[in-house]
Amino acid sequence: MTQEWFRQLLQAALVLGLAPLLSGATRKIRARLLRRRGPSVFQPYRDLLKLIRKETVVAENASWLFRAAPYAIFATTWVAATLVPTFATGLSLSGDGDVIVIVALLGTARFLLALAGLDVGTSFGGIGSSREMMFASLAEPAMLMAVFTLSLIAGSTQLSAISAFMLGPNGGLNISIALALVALIIVALGENSRIPVDNPATHLELTMVHEAMILEYSGRHLAVIEAAASLKLLLYISLIACVFVPWGTAGDGAGAVAYAVGLGAYAAKLAVFAFLLVLFETAVAKMRVFRVPDFLGIALMLGLLATILMFVSKVPR
Amino acid sequence: MPLSTPHCLSQLAASGVGLLFALAPIGIFAARRPLGIRLTYAACMLICAGLAGVALLVLLTPASKLGFIHIPVGLPLGRTVLGFDPLSAAFAVIINLATAIISGYAIGHGAHAREPLRIMPFYPAFIAGMNLVLLAQDAFSFLVGWEFMSLASWALVVSEHNSAENRRAALVYLIMATGGGLALLLAFGLLAGPGGGYAFDQIRLAASSGVGSIVLILALAGAGSKAGLVPLHAWLPLAHPAAPSHVSALMSGVMTKVAVYGFVRLIFDLAGPPLWWWSIPVLLVAGITTLLGVLYALMEHDLKRLLAYHTVENIGIIFIGLGLSLAFKAGGLGAAAALALVAAIFHVFNHSLFKSLLFLGSGSVLTATGERDMEHLGGLIHRMPVTAVAFLVGCIAISALPPFNGFVSEWLTFQAILLSPQLPQWIQRLLVPAIGAMLACSAALAAGCFVKAFGMTFLGRPRSGAATAARETDRWSRSAMLVFAALCLLAGVLPGFVIDSIGSVTQMVVGSRLSPQAALPWFRIIPINPARSAYGGLLLFVMILIATAATAFIVRRFAAHSVRRSPAWDCGFPDASPATQYTAGSFAQPIRRVFGSVVFRAREHVTMPKPGDTAVAKLRVDLHDTIWEAFYAPVIRLVEGAADRLNKLQFLTIRNYLMLVFAALVILLIVVGTL
Amino acid sequence: MNPFDTNIAHLLAGSMVLVSFLLLYQDRMLPLLNIFAIHACVLACSVGWQAYVQRAPHLFITALIALLFKGVMIPIALRRIVVRLGIHRTIENVVSIGPTMLFGIALVGLSIIVMLPVTQSADTFVREDLAFALSVVLLGFLMMVMRRNAVSQVIGFMSLENGLVLAASGARGMPLVVEISVGFSVLIAFFVVGIFLFRIRERFDTVDLQALDMARGEST
Repeated sequence: MTQEWFRQLLQAALVLGLAPLLSGATRKIRARLLRRRGPSVFQPYRDLLKLIRKETVVAENASWLFRAAPYAIFATTWVAATLVPTFATGLSLSGDGDVIVIVALLGTARFLLALAGLDVGTSFGGIGSSREMMFASLAEPAMLMAVFTLSLIAGSTQLSAISAFMLGPNGGLNISIALALVALIIVALGENSRIPVDNPATHLELTMVHEAMILEYSGRHLAVIEAAASLKLLLYISLIACVFVPWGTAGDGAGAVAYAVGLGAYAAKLAVFAFLLVLFETAVAKMRVFRVPDFLGIALMLGLLATILMFVSKVPR
Repeated sequence: MPLSTPHCLSQLAASGVGLLFALAPIGIFAARRPLGIRLTYAACMLICAGLAGVALLVLLTPASKLGFIHIPVGLPLGRTVLGFDPLSAAFAVIINLATAIISGYAIGHGAHAREPLRIMPFYPAFIAGMNLVLLAQDAFSFLVGWEFMSLASWALVVSEHNSAENRRAALVYLIMATGGGLALLLAFGLLAGPGGGYAFDQIRLAASSGVGSIVLILALAGAGSKAGLVPLHAWLPLAHPAAPSHVSALMSGVMTKVAVYGFVRLIFDLAGPPLWWWSIPVLLVAGITTLLGVLYALMEHDLKRLLAYHTVENIGIIFIGLGLSLAFKAGGLGAAAALALVAAIFHVFNHSLFKSLLFLGSGSVLTATGERDMEHLGGLIHRMPVTAVAFLVGCIAISALPPFNGFVSEWLTFQAILLSPQLPQWIQRLLVPAIGAMLACSAALAAGCFVKAFGMTFLGRPRSGAATAARETDRWSRSAMLVFAALCLLAGVLPGFVIDSIGSVTQMVVGSRLSPQAALPWFRIIPINPARSAYGGLLLFVMILIATAATAFIVRRFAAHSVRRSPAWDCGFPDASPATQYTAGSFAQPIRRVFGSVVFRAREHVTMPKPGDTAVAKLRVDLHDTIWEAFYAPVIRLVEGAADRLNKLQFLTIRNYLMLVFAALVILLIVVGTL
Repeated sequence: MNPFDTNIAHLLAGSMVLVSFLLLYQDRMLPLLNIFAIHACVLACSVGWQAYVQRAPHLFITALIALLFKGVMIPIALRRIVVRLGIHRTIENVVSIGPTMLFGIALVGLSIIVMLPVTQSADTFVREDLAFALSVVLLGFLMMVMRRNAVSQVIGFMSLENGLVLAASGARGMPLVVEISVGFSVLIAFFVVGIFLFRIRERFDTVDLQALDMARGEST
């Protein structure tokens, strides 16, 4: 029991500490692929510290919601990230939050972020919020359908159980799993505002979605929101890794050696996925806003198809 | 101890309903002074709270100890049987709890009504009618209560008769309510059979499946139209906004639940064992209702009409749960059927809480600003802080986001959907994932809808003078809304108690119940088994609070303490006019373009003058209400055409009338002769 | 039949369904031809795997025909004709792509509902492949119905025929599979040639090669 809590707290600290490193690594790899030297991998940590120390400027008509939202967004994203097994399964909170809870917690964060965008009453905030909710209306059902497929295959909605199932003898090559993987990747690209859905480095009004919602934030509020965004990317990569590439994850009640192996495996998975993500981003261009629903619609169709094909490929439980 | 007498609880409940009926004529006199109005609402609140308590006692009493009272009034050869059984008790708790809090709101809000005489007599009668429907254990009192409910609410809808829009809403409502009542009458008649009695226990003995199929269609038409299933929903977005705000809350949050109760009673209890295909029309209609309801809501910029359309969506979610339960029950899977039914009834409870809260909030906004149109509101979070907090809680809860209660019922529905591979029929097994996709899509769209509703009304800058001059509402209204908000949170973090209370209902209706939840560690809920899924609302809420507090503390510890207020950054292009902010229509534009171009044939037309021309540029958006045009308009045209033709009978000559009479006489003689 | 073989077969058959959806969605001419080439290659892989698993060497010939003829020759030939006719830049106006895709998914569901209960007594391996094959056939039909361009309709017809070959190869011990596939391919070839003769005649009012040579200078 206490070992489970220890694992859980270690995981909470781990995801918090690793998230800016992941952002830094992504930026570095991208710069290298574009034949630049790029900033240091630890630059996001320095950026966060700098932002926290800066004076916070808030619009005159911003309300308490504007000032409280960053903390609530960060907290919900962090709790969701702690629910995803990274180096070990069998977390103590897995009895409280399953995959559906993770999707819904991210939904809460998005809801508050969209409201914060609307709070000051500028048109940029409106653009960001309305586009974000439009993307969410397709991305969230797509993710839920992919999650349903996995739950139907594994017989449980808890991520630890799904991960353990995929590690076992029954988890294997399956058309539904492949379709669910593609759907999850598309949703991850959409939800984390990566190319081809949104450019994380732009401030042009026609092209920004996430940046538009946080345009008015500065100082420590901005630091907290940036931390939440990098946590979200870490969450999605961990989710895909723990389900589709589960090897190396320490099982329930394993020893310190297994933890070390798990940590190493997790770091390796993060590195590989970050590289693949950046490779994909440099290979494609950003889509026009109204082609993104087509893109996300594909994810929804794939998820639905995966669930339907599930009934074909497997004897129902 | 009163509990020892089986009939005592039923007698208490019946006397409560009788008191409410008695309040109606008293209301005529009390309406002359504001104090009388307040006292009437206070009396309603207390009686409803009492009824809720009685119903809760019934829920917690084992079924064998319940008894009904028989009154020898009613149909010539029958009696009236009144009493709560577990099914009606569960609904009675939900309905009376919400009604009590709404009446508390009305103590503060209702005193300012312009014509209280049009509202006061009918309000207690409305509540009395709803409770009579729940209390009824025979078809006659059920239908009497149903008609009372419809007519009293119609009178309330027409109370603000000065606008043509309200009058038209009342007409549509009356026609559809009458149609629904007729369908229910036919359903009960079929169930009772040619020689049978109308009491529920007599109907249960006479159940047969062939009749049951027709009863399913009639129940979908009758109870479904009152609840708001597509395509019989058209009266809902017209009538609910037309009534005064607390009555809108009652109609949307409470009366629709009575309709759901009617459906459950007819199909799950009285119609006998279900056939395998019964769930398919229910699921199809429910799925379409869910998706269409939220899309209609997204296109609206009238706050109350948006909420009314959203009720349609939530009724769809409830019926998805009911359809799943029906499918599992027909397939012999008792535990799964219990889970789906728990999900549906939990959502009934949740919806009565948050929809009432949202309607009360919009009522406060309407009183404070005189505006229902979101395009004229904005920035109210500064002027009406308490209303804003309560409305925010309602918005988060209705978008099915943790840690509030909307998420729990949606989670339970998803868990029921994930049990669908056990269903025996292939069509059901493939239909249920599609319904799951529709549910997920509408949940995400609902979140977007309520970002729009809250953001346009309360956030941003005020778009009109009325919004700038708004003031917070009175004490009673504020407390009522905060009580609803607190209940939303409580039901979200302690769902085990609610699930356990519904246990006796599922035992009665589908024959099995979920394992007791209240004793689990950290108040988790584990509906099926621990290896499969579990949800710990309390622990998650505590973790979120701890994380927020820890983050805020640590960041502020290291941060610079200064927070400077300055004009908005707006990328360096600030605009002082509040008209440049996003409006409700512009917020919905991306979704309108993606979904609306198919569902509503939405088209945008832009007329741009040439450069140098000082004429105004115009944007016109065309939206077609496809269901009205496809379903209602042809029926209306048909009826009007037939009426026109029959009108000629008014203008015949005397010779023609004599010929008609003569022809009727001859035909009657022929009929008598050949018999 | 061990689970690994079954899984690979399902993966390949499911990929064919997926590529059929991609064909439905694609509205540009040249990528459409490329996706059709992929469709044929996946068919070849699937039939080849069936040949290996069922130990039926004559299916290898079918796979080879599918690969060479439909995966290589027809796409290349079509590409040259399309470029020469100058229609390779057209972007077809695909009407209401969203509802079309949803209807496609409903068709997949329909084929599952029809196939699986009907073939209760057969081998599980065969049943599920038949369900996938029927889906590919229905999606090919859907594509023929929803498209307005002649080339897209021909490609829809060819993907339909691919589905039939998939069904035939899945049924163990089906005779004359090779002959049927050759016959179908000849039929397709005549079809394609006929369509293009029709288009050439429409555009230039003649199919006389001498007259076409003279008109070459003016063709767009």
